[in-house]
Amino acid sequence: MKKQAKQMFDQSTIPNDLCPIATEFFDLPVGDWRAKRPVVLRGKCVKCGTCWAFCPTQCIVERDKWFEANLKLCKGCGICAQECPQNAIVMIEEEEES
Amino acid sequence: MERTIVCDGNEAAAWGVSLAKPDMIAVYPITPQSSLAEHLTQFIADGKISADLMDVEGEHTVLSVLQGACLAGGRTFTATCGQGLAFMFEPYYRTPNLRLPIVMAIVTRDGITPQTVWGGHQDAMTVKEAGWIQMYAESNQEVLDTIIMAYRVAEHPEVLLPVNVCLDGNFLSYGIEAVSLPDSQEIDEFMGEKNINWHVALDPERPMAVDPLTGGGAGKGASMFVNYRKGQCKGMQKALKVIEEVHAEYAKRIGRSYGPLVEEYRMENADYAIMTIGSMTGAGRDAVDIARNEGKKVGLLRMKTFRPFPVEAVCRCMAKIKALGVVDRSVNFGWNAGPLYQEVLAAMYFGKRYTPAVSFIGGLSGADITVEEHFRRVIQVTERASKGDVPEETIWLNEDE
Repeated sequence: MKKQAKQMFDQSTIPNDLCPIATEFFDLPVGDWRAKRPVVLRGKCVKCGTCWAFCPTQCIVERDKWFEANLKLCKGCGICAQECPQNAIVMIEEEEES
Repeated sequence: MERTIVCDGNEAAAWGVSLAKPDMIAVYPITPQSSLAEHLTQFIADGKISADLMDVEGEHTVLSVLQGACLAGGRTFTATCGQGLAFMFEPYYRTPNLRLPIVMAIVTRDGITPQTVWGGHQDAMTVKEAGWIQMYAESNQEVLDTIIMAYRVAEHPEVLLPVNVCLDGNFLSYGIEAVSLPDSQEIDEFMGEKNINWHVALDPERPMAVDPLTGGGAGKGASMFVNYRKGQCKGMQKALKVIEEVHAEYAKRIGRSYGPLVEEYRMENADYAIMTIGSMTGAGRDAVDIARNEGKKVGLLRMKTFRPFPVEAVCRCMAKIKALGVVDRSVNFGWNAGPLYQEVLAAMYFGKRYTPAVSFIGGLSGADITVEEHFRRVIQVTERASKGDVPEETIWLNEDE
């Protein structure tokens, strides 16, 4: 995870019974919620970045010659597969062997 | 410099807003609030208010953008009513939990259906459990003064809750009275330094995630949730004292005072009393004056602050009397009675003293509660109740017109 540019401030400086706020990162493994996962067909991917732009969890990462999902963060919504102009992304059931 | 103008309640509200100097206003027109929206936008166009105006497509967005503005440190204002308030409910319900000191006028309108565009307290009373502070004004002057005071209450560091200033649709919104505009510099001094988002903020200097997930069945979540709920209740209870302090300071600086929680009128030696809320109070005062001239020992209690409910103040007043007639301008469907009446019954438990109380419902959907006909009846029935003849059911005024 990218480091925060600014140091987190001291939360104890304000009462702790007002609005809930968070100043520490908590690594929630949302990838565990996934029923289907996106698989990028590298031969078809032209690296246009459409999947990167549309991903609601911003989990698409850039490789040298293609893009792919960070499966730790990908919830498997399938929007990238739907939007890919090259049909280069397919959704595969998590139970199946890839 | 202080000066006097003649205006309706919606314009008086806009003048109150101009004196409070908000940073952002978002507003969507709905009867009978529309001319308030027009006055605000005109004042911004004329430079009387130097706030940003967000032109949005509906009340849900109105309150959502104000939440953002408030989180960015801005003082904010809006106004709505009726169906607009209903459409706003989702962010409305969330604002007190975020502890955002937004001030919003409700130009009260009766609930539909039956179809109506006229005054009544049904809209404000329907949202009374959502966690906003609610104060009801009696006159246009009080609308102006209360909007200014509302910011001091809302932004108090031990309160930090949004405030509704409720003004009666039609009767106040369109009723024209002389209104004194306080000196702008005196209001600036009264308002003090602006410091709104010290606790929760969209602030790059203090990065934080606002309102992360709490609650749940396992772990620390449940106790965290209770902690925030209790904090909210604490702020609400603290507001009672702050409302009194702010009214006292306003009276000292500006020279106008109102009963901050429950206002007493001719309660000296009163055997029994009537209770009013909002603009009907003027007629109630006249009726009490007439009855006093006839030798009846009747007084009047006006509820200004309805949320948080001032239990102690109500019990103090109830301790002096033998019967109370409560006049509501809305309906509590769950109890077949008025909501204010029901709240008074609940407060009576803490007073540890039974006082006969009668529920009157009148002034629905723009109907008038008159001195001669309705308040005379309210006083007569309450007088009989003080002698043991207590009606078992709610009395509906305006029923036979």
